[in-house]
Amino acid sequence: MLKEGQVRIPSGCAIAAVIDTTGERFSGETIIRSIALMHDRSNGLGGGFAAYGIYPEHADSYAFHVFFDSEEARQQCEAFLFDHFNVDVSEPIPTKKVPSITDAPDIRRYFAKPNKVRMREAGLDEAEYTARCVIRINAEFEGAFVFSSGKNMGAFKAVGYPEDVGEFYMLDRYKAYLWTAHGRFPTNTPGWWGGAHPFTLLDWSIVHNGEISSYDANRRYIEQFGYKCNLQTDTEVITYLFDHLCRHHGLDLDVAADILAAPEWDEIDEMSPDQRAYFTALRTVYGSALVNGPFSVILGSNRGLLAINDRLKLRSLTAATKGNRAYFASEESAIRVVCPDPERVWAVSGSDPVFIPLHLSKED
Amino acid sequence: MKITAGLTPYGELNRQVREALETTDTVTLENVNGQRYIGCGLDAGKTVTIYGTPGNDMACYLNGGRVEVFGNGQDAVGNTMSGGEIVIHGHVGDALGYAMRDGEIYIEQGVSCRGGIHMKEFGKMKPAVVIGGVAGAFMGEYMAGGVIVILGLGKKPEDDLFGSHCATGMHGGKIYLRGAYPEHHVSRNIAVSALNEEDQKELDGYLQKYCAYFGADMEEIKSVPFVKFTPESSRPYGNMYTAN
Repeated sequence: MLKEGQVRIPSGCAIAAVIDTTGERFSGETIIRSIALMHDRSNGLGGGFAAYGIYPEHADSYAFHVFFDSEEARQQCEAFLFDHFNVDVSEPIPTKKVPSITDAPDIRRYFAKPNKVRMREAGLDEAEYTARCVIRINAEFEGAFVFSSGKNMGAFKAVGYPEDVGEFYMLDRYKAYLWTAHGRFPTNTPGWWGGAHPFTLLDWSIVHNGEISSYDANRRYIEQFGYKCNLQTDTEVITYLFDHLCRHHGLDLDVAADILAAPEWDEIDEMSPDQRAYFTALRTVYGSALVNGPFSVILGSNRGLLAINDRLKLRSLTAATKGNRAYFASEESAIRVVCPDPERVWAVSGSDPVFIPLHLSKED
Repeated sequence: MKITAGLTPYGELNRQVREALETTDTVTLENVNGQRYIGCGLDAGKTVTIYGTPGNDMACYLNGGRVEVFGNGQDAVGNTMSGGEIVIHGHVGDALGYAMRDGEIYIEQGVSCRGGIHMKEFGKMKPAVVIGGVAGAFMGEYMAGGVIVILGLGKKPEDDLFGSHCATGMHGGKIYLRGAYPEHHVSRNIAVSALNEEDQKELDGYLQKYCAYFGADMEEIKSVPFVKFTPESSRPYGNMYTAN
């Protein structure tokens, strides 16, 4: 089969997300029903979910979710993983047979902590050490693909409609405080398991509807910092931009959002002096991290949910709140089907990123 | 005739609606959940009433029929409609009335981005969009004809009457605006003027219908002055590439 970048297919997509801001966990059944309502926005070539808070019994370990194309790929990758990490658990990710999901790779998960000797020798902190190991596996180990590498969170994805993917991974049996979902209608490229959304690194996950016209500019920028954009799909670069800006440069999520979806210069000219100075600095320093093209993007993280739209607002995205929960979806009906009576419903505008923070107490 | 939509796929639901309309003039849909294309191409004399959240391209190519929604609309309501009336008791998403050619749309609350873009008129065909709340960015972009009314009712102090790039590339038609508006969001080719007698008469007609449909107070609406946007040129980009 031809892979990403070898074939061009034109486009569409659906995204959805739910968060309980108090950290109360709920089953994946809600997000599956929400994304399922937008069935017609995707074409069965990719579906996926990210779930935060699902592994409390392994909260201090990195949870690696990995696809293997062959036994040989698994052996090579496991040798590397067991060498670089202390692995507590190695097991298949439970799945069940769903008629529409075929050609599944070997899907496994590992709960692991960095090998401290190797980590000290490398002179890296835990997150950087882990991120580099993940990037290395995905770049150098043929037939192995780490599609999730955060703590107490996990991505689940496949080629198929999202509601079938949810059933395949039995996500109704997991409980999370934050869920995101994606239904894919591949843009320019065919679907494959690794190319389904969300795209993740450490605790960050991205679901995206649209196209990144600035992809090559963003890729050239981010690859200077050790990331490798080897999936030949535009979305992964957004994940790495957030990781770089927030983790390496220590920026807050809302500042990162202002960098990726910055206002136009005309609009900056009209701002108050403080605002003008702020956005001028961001666009000057981080011009190469500006994301252009039509997009609606939802970032899942251990800090909360962030939604951004392109500046010209070329993709739809609706937000709603009710009690402790906030909802996002490409269509309002996909929110109302799981929350019939929201307190507030609004369209996310191109100029106003929406951040719904998680309010966990320290003990959590 | 009543149909409960529930989670029926859009193709099946629209087939049921078309079949019902062969023997009756009025169909009511209950519990609608995002089904697309409802009321598409509906002919004069036919009415579809919707409870719930109809999906994208609702009442597209509307052909003289009437569609009323008790709930919110999504994207591309009234896409390229040729005539008839759409009444929404709520708000709508992006690209409301895209390229509409005739007929009227009344929205009780606000619209998201790109409302009324590419609207046009010809001879007696003169489409109108009346927005009770506020509008998003690119309102009336490339507008070639027809009328848009933005009332700003219930507008919060921090909200603008419309978003950025209002009437960019507008080269025909009129936009009536009630109360203060963000001047820096208005495209450069726009002339702002007071309403003349003919304008006032035209506007009053739309306002009366808005008040009748949504129970709004005409006196309160008219207690705030209106202005009118019209294009300064019918060819704003005439010299963009080569002078001609």
